[in-house]
Amino acid sequence: MKILAIDTSNRPLSVAVLDDSNVLAAITVTVHQKHAEYLLPEIERLLAMAELKPTDLDRVVVAAGPGSYTGIRIAVTTAKTLAATLDIELVAVSSLATLAANVPVEGALVAPLFDARNQNVFAGLYRIKGGVPVSEIADAHTNVTTYLEAINEYGEPVWFLGDASHFTELIDTTISAATPNVSAWMNLPQAATIGLLGRHETPVKDVDQFVPNYLRLTQAEAEWRAKNPEEDTGSYVEKI
Amino acid sequence: MAVIEDGHKILSNVVATQIKSHQRFGGVVPEVASRHHIEEITICIKDALQEAQVGYDDLDAVAVTYGPGLVGALLIGVTAAKTVAFAHSLPLIPINHMAGHIYAARYVEPIEFPAMALLVSGGHTELVYMPAENQFEIIGETRDDAAGEAYDKVGRVMGVNYPAGKTVDQWAHEGHDTFKFPRAMEKDDNLDFSFSGLKSAFINTTHHADQIGETLSKQDLSASFQQAVVDVLAEKTQHALADYPVKQLILAGGVAANQGLRERLERDLAHNPTTHLVKAPLKLCGDNAAMIGAFAYVAYQHGVFADATLNADPSLEFDWAADSAK
Ligand SMILES: [Zn+2]
Repeated sequence: MKILAIDTSNRPLSVAVLDDSNVLAAITVTVHQKHAEYLLPEIERLLAMAELKPTDLDRVVVAAGPGSYTGIRIAVTTAKTLAATLDIELVAVSSLATLAANVPVEGALVAPLFDARNQNVFAGLYRIKGGVPVSEIADAHTNVTTYLEAINEYGEPVWFLGDASHFTELIDTTISAATPNVSAWMNLPQAATIGLLGRHETPVKDVDQFVPNYLRLTQAEAEWRAKNPEEDTGSYVEKI
Repeated sequence: MAVIEDGHKILSNVVATQIKSHQRFGGVVPEVASRHHIEEITICIKDALQEAQVGYDDLDAVAVTYGPGLVGALLIGVTAAKTVAFAHSLPLIPINHMAGHIYAARYVEPIEFPAMALLVSGGHTELVYMPAENQFEIIGETRDDAAGEAYDKVGRVMGVNYPAGKTVDQWAHEGHDTFKFPRAMEKDDNLDFSFSGLKSAFINTTHHADQIGETLSKQDLSASFQQAVVDVLAEKTQHALADYPVKQLILAGGVAANQGLRERLERDLAHNPTTHLVKAPLKLCGDNAAMIGAFAYVAYQHGVFADATLNADPSLEFDWAADSAK
């Protein structure tokens, strides 16, 4: 099975091409955040290096969020359009789980987080079981202190990944257990790992309905729903 | 999303509108717009191909709007178009949305050069000179609000749901120009427009009436507002036609659906022996992909292609004419 894996959830851009569990080509770039410009050229380049055509692909695995709105939109639009237009499988993985998968320690508790500004984070908690991250606390958009206090309840060493360096002080004062040092690459999404994670996952049932996992309503919509709790929030888009 | 044959035959033209969603907020919220586009993008591609009864093998190229517009919305179209072109090894054609609006007129008759377009929409009000095929030069534009924007603002003052153009147009036909709002820059010796003064005059008038407890006729307010807008657009267009003699005057853009404007230009050009008025078809005045396909055919023949690095350009604009006043 030929797999294309994509992550542009945050500043890094990561793309990989796999043949079952063999990683044929992989790249992760952090020097810019021009995903709209560079994602497709990188896909083209990696496929060419792997001597594959787009039509050779069997499955696309995408890190579908949470993350930067623009970033996850570009990855998801590319992935779902590719899957729809080639009629191949689409698999979504959590952008936080993909980071957690960088910790190769069985049984480890891993806390990947993305800075969402104003003391908020997109974050989850995972435990590595059988070599893959299994969710302990579901991915959420949450206050960083609330999140850290929940993790501290475990009383176990925790691997903090992602934007943890933005909250070093808070982590030190809130978490009483050990927080193992992580090497720089572990804070970056690795599309090869994403491809491996998505290899055995069940494909998305309806590719057309698939959207990024924003984990947060737009401000306009949140305000509107607060004012109109009774309103139907069904489809607002119609064909004319 | 549309499938177009040879730039003038519509095989399918699918439009998914988000108006219902944005009406909740009284206007377009960019983040919401972008999220809706992702929900619809692959469905529209499939529907367009299915309605046209074609497969990817039947296509010669993929064309996409890359500007101007909302960056989050443009990005979804550009990303999807690049992906489809890549997946099926098709050439990719980058299209300026405003060129698309002008080429909606191609579904009425072939465009003859030199031509001029009066382009009026929610975001744009400009006069575009086209000396030859695939050449666009701005010779005049709005210095503040676009005409469509002004319609939405006065609509809001009168309690009309966004988008307000259609209702104001209807009321205008039932009322009279009793308020005599100012016609900005109408007689100035340039081809630029301005609608902010008109908008302020309108707001002041209604505000004053509110304060003294007087109820003004929405029909007369609409008629007065519309008459001022149409007068300015028509006067400037006449001025432009005197400076730039052309074979065709094309009326295009969302506000080109306005009956008052259509009727006025028809009257103005009825006895013009050299310039012939071409109005974009009513149902192709608003944003649609058929108009993009019409111009894509021209771009294709001129060898205008993009590679996989194509990005959205929210402030994309035609160049100014070299000999224009600006
Ligand atoms: Zn438009």
